[in-house]
Amino acid sequence: MSSVHTPLPDLPPPITNVGVIGWLRQNLFSSWLNSFWTLLAICLIYLTIPPLINWAVIDANWLGDSRASCDANQSGACWVFILARFDQFMYGFYPESEYWRVNLAGILLLSMMAPLFLERFHYKAWLAAAILFVYPMVAYYLFAGGLFGLMDVETSRWGGLMLTLILSGVGIVASLPIGIVLALGRRSKMPIVKSVSIVFIELWRGVPLITVLFMASVMLPLFLPEGTHFDKLLRAMIGIVLFQSAYMAEVVRSGLQAIPRGQYEAAQALGLSYWKSMGLIILPQALKLVIPGIVNTFIALFKDTTLVLIIGLFDLLAMIQAGFVDAKWLGFAIEGYVVAALIYWIFCFSMSRYSQSLEKKLRTGHAG
Amino acid sequence: MKKIHVIASAMAVCTLLSSAVFAGSTLNSVKKKGFVQCGVNTGVPGFATTDDKGNWKGIDVDVCRSVAAAVFGDASKVKYTPLTAKERFTALQSGEIDMLSRNTTWTLTRDSSLGLNFAGVNYYDGQGFLVKKSLGVKSAMEMDGASFCIQAGTTTELNLADYFRANKMSYTPITFDKSAETAQAFDAGRCDALTSDQSQLYALRIQLKDPDSAMVLPEVISKEPLGPVVRQGDDDWFNIVRWSLFAMLNAEEYGVNSENVDQLAATSKDPNVRRLLGLEGIKGKGLGLRDNWAAIIIKQVGNYSESFERNVGLDSPLKISRGLNALWSQGGLQYAPPIR
Amino acid sequence: MAAEQQVKSPPAKAALWRRPVFRSTLFQTLLVLALVSFGYFLFNNTLHNLEQRGISTGFGFLSQEAGFGIVMTLIPFSELSSYWDTFLVGLLNTLLVSGLGILFATLIGFTMGVARLSRNWLVSRMAAVYIETFRNIPLLLQIMFWYFAVLQPLPGPRQSINVTDMLFLNNRGLYLPAPVFEPGFEWVMAALAIAIAIVFSTLRWMHKKQEQTGQIFHTISISLGILICLPLLTFLITGLPVSWDMPELKGFNFKGGMVVIPELAALLLALSIYTGTFIAEAVRSGILAVSHGQTEAAYALGLRPGTTLRLVVIPQAMRVIIPQLTSQYLNLTKNSSLATAVGYPDLVAVFAGTTLNQTGQAVEVIAMTMAVYLLISLIISMFMNWYNKRKQLVER
Repeated sequence: MSSVHTPLPDLPPPITNVGVIGWLRQNLFSSWLNSFWTLLAICLIYLTIPPLINWAVIDANWLGDSRASCDANQSGACWVFILARFDQFMYGFYPESEYWRVNLAGILLLSMMAPLFLERFHYKAWLAAAILFVYPMVAYYLFAGGLFGLMDVETSRWGGLMLTLILSGVGIVASLPIGIVLALGRRSKMPIVKSVSIVFIELWRGVPLITVLFMASVMLPLFLPEGTHFDKLLRAMIGIVLFQSAYMAEVVRSGLQAIPRGQYEAAQALGLSYWKSMGLIILPQALKLVIPGIVNTFIALFKDTTLVLIIGLFDLLAMIQAGFVDAKWLGFAIEGYVVAALIYWIFCFSMSRYSQSLEKKLRTGHAG
Repeated sequence: MKKIHVIASAMAVCTLLSSAVFAGSTLNSVKKKGFVQCGVNTGVPGFATTDDKGNWKGIDVDVCRSVAAAVFGDASKVKYTPLTAKERFTALQSGEIDMLSRNTTWTLTRDSSLGLNFAGVNYYDGQGFLVKKSLGVKSAMEMDGASFCIQAGTTTELNLADYFRANKMSYTPITFDKSAETAQAFDAGRCDALTSDQSQLYALRIQLKDPDSAMVLPEVISKEPLGPVVRQGDDDWFNIVRWSLFAMLNAEEYGVNSENVDQLAATSKDPNVRRLLGLEGIKGKGLGLRDNWAAIIIKQVGNYSESFERNVGLDSPLKISRGLNALWSQGGLQYAPPIR
Repeated sequence: MAAEQQVKSPPAKAALWRRPVFRSTLFQTLLVLALVSFGYFLFNNTLHNLEQRGISTGFGFLSQEAGFGIVMTLIPFSELSSYWDTFLVGLLNTLLVSGLGILFATLIGFTMGVARLSRNWLVSRMAAVYIETFRNIPLLLQIMFWYFAVLQPLPGPRQSINVTDMLFLNNRGLYLPAPVFEPGFEWVMAALAIAIAIVFSTLRWMHKKQEQTGQIFHTISISLGILICLPLLTFLITGLPVSWDMPELKGFNFKGGMVVIPELAALLLALSIYTGTFIAEAVRSGILAVSHGQTEAAYALGLRPGTTLRLVVIPQAMRVIIPQLTSQYLNLTKNSSLATAVGYPDLVAVFAGTTLNQTGQAVEVIAMTMAVYLLISLIISMFMNWYNKRKQLVER
């Protein structure tokens, strides 16, 4: 009469705790207050999203080549305007027949950068050096021309997204070394070097970029010997680089501070000179730590390049603005701003995601 | 000892550097660069605008081109720096540009304390008001308490203040950096009236969504002689800019234009024309230019009348009549000293 | 003794140029020399160029009559005022927009930062969308969007959006009734001052008492009660000494009342929404930095969630939040200089813009403008450092 005890099968959990309903209950309606917030949020979404989709997609005008095709239907967005001017938004006043040069430079950069993201690739350092030192020269001659029978294109014709990318690219590449020197200077034991670095960093961090750009664009020749001339774009770049290097210095400094003292002492104990210990031991670790910080600085710089429109350079935002004050397309400001916002957003958002993933990857590396 | 050496050599470097500051003339540096760097407006139709391809056009732009034609024999050797009203004088003072041709009003302050020289007047203007017809205003005197859209950093700002103070009326100024923004704000109704030089009002009016909804009031509240500007203290350059403008005016007076200039050079017996075209008289010597400098200007840019009609006059969308800008012999104010 | 001396004296063989002290002295001397000569070089060039071009120098222009009008001034200003007054007007407008911007950005940032951590999925998602959207769009673009695409298309004054005849919204601004203080109002102000003093001392007393006995007081309701009731009572007793100046459509525009001009509104909206995203992230990282054990310990002690948040989480989170907050406040103040893009008369637009152009004194004007921003930065960071130190001292 022995009987094996067999438990009854588990009852399913109450329907209100699993599946969609359970999820809803837990995440949206766990209390009265929570339910209130949920309803409010739904209400908000209902009020904003459908009209937005209506305007941007359903009622929008996609086809045509002049504003007449948009005037017929005023309730939707006029993407015709964007499509008609898209080339200018990308290349500014760059001669149409020479667009291939810009495209080539872009493709070259992307194909050079691609291996950097491969885990297995072993010549990263060489490739990075090539991107930093060789590529800029190649790109400059591609853009400006004058060699190998390429047509001369003045910098005043550079514009649109191309200019935005050039400004931010140069800004980040040039400000990193200056930033490193300044950060080392700020942590130096030599009192004068230290105070000079601090003054430089704080001075640049304390003033708005717009006054820096104004100085660079119209006042700089006043400080230089008479007859010294250099390009307006170059001057704007110098302003941006100096401004950015102060911020970069602070990012690098935070990395230097995070390196434990033992590392410094060990380097000294090995008898390495200052530059050797910095270059071989401290900086490689510190820079690896602050890569996310550098990417964030780059995002900030990328957004800040819009300020050059105030000093009369035609970056992406300026080109778009020039587009909708043109009598032919007057009144499509919203479309213009939306497209500009979308382009900037895509760049910044993907970079910030990249920085976050890097942060995670690097964190595991230092978990021990 | 070593330190003293270091200090001494550093001092030497210092003095060397500072003595490297030489007084160069604008003409020389322009010739060396190979182009004239000319400051122009960021965009006012008729005066300075870019077309779809990014080429500059306008009556102010023609002044830059005529200078380039005089110096290089090629009117296209100009690089343009679009400037807002706020930046223009600083850019010229600092040497960022070689000349400024940006509908700039000649005033005592600007001529005397900014280190600038006005080389002449290429457009006689006056400040006026642009209002929406729906406002129902017929005269500026009815505009007590109104708000005005203005471009920042112009004489317009000062004139408006004077006018309302003199007439004991109140007003609100709303200022913008660029004329496009000013027009946009007026179009949207941010202000009751837009005030600027009359020529610009016509130019801005055609940029409105519905140009017929706005009108220019009859009052002209100021004198605005607009002209090209150069830095003070460089008389050679000043002369070149000034006489480039005068050459265009003289050409109109003697009936020389871009089409008949070659033919007149070959056939004309009129001593005035022959001197203008560099066939007799002082030629280009006084200015340090080639002999036929004026002929090249006329050939490549045209005479004043051609430039005017093409950019702001009857051949343009602006349709401004010559008015004050007619030659002195036709009841206007444009009067160029003789070339002899 | 001999051994000690040997240790102290440098190794006899080291050449002079190998000694660290000598090297650092030499290097620093060279640096100073280079900097001084570079500075001299710039200074000399500038002087030479100014003289060469006949540009007048000095600060004498500040006392000259400005002769132009400004749309919004916090101090009395007319066309007869001097250039120095334009400097003050610009400075005050900059301070106004930065102050209000900091206030709103902090409010938005804290709300969104907490909402981002909310257990309500929808609320937390929406906060995330807000943060990720507005953080990644350039500020200048946002300012222009609000101004040119949102505020300018509003109806004109005659078709204003009218809220109960007191609030009017049109493309010239938001018109509000302005309070006019009549005699007797000073009593209300005095009552308010007294109320604040009382609240401060009670809070202190209650805090002390709580530390000694553990007795919990309803601090917020008590202090709010005092703050509201005392001035309100005085206000009633003195016979309502405030009247309202109503905005009214007269002629072209509204007259009377207060007005928030659209330039200010656009700038303020953009600045606070943009900076709010960064503050929200700071708040989130601050709260996440407080280890979960702290909250659990507080619950184990029987503290309610609200009290836990107030007494345990927030004080610790603030230590992470405040340094980030400081740099955001600094950024906001500097970013307010973008006002020039929409014509809000801040320091850069009025003084470094119109005044610079009318006088042509670029060097002096830009130097003054930069000095102001440097000074503001210095003051904010000094205040925040002081606050930070105070907070850290409380640590037990």
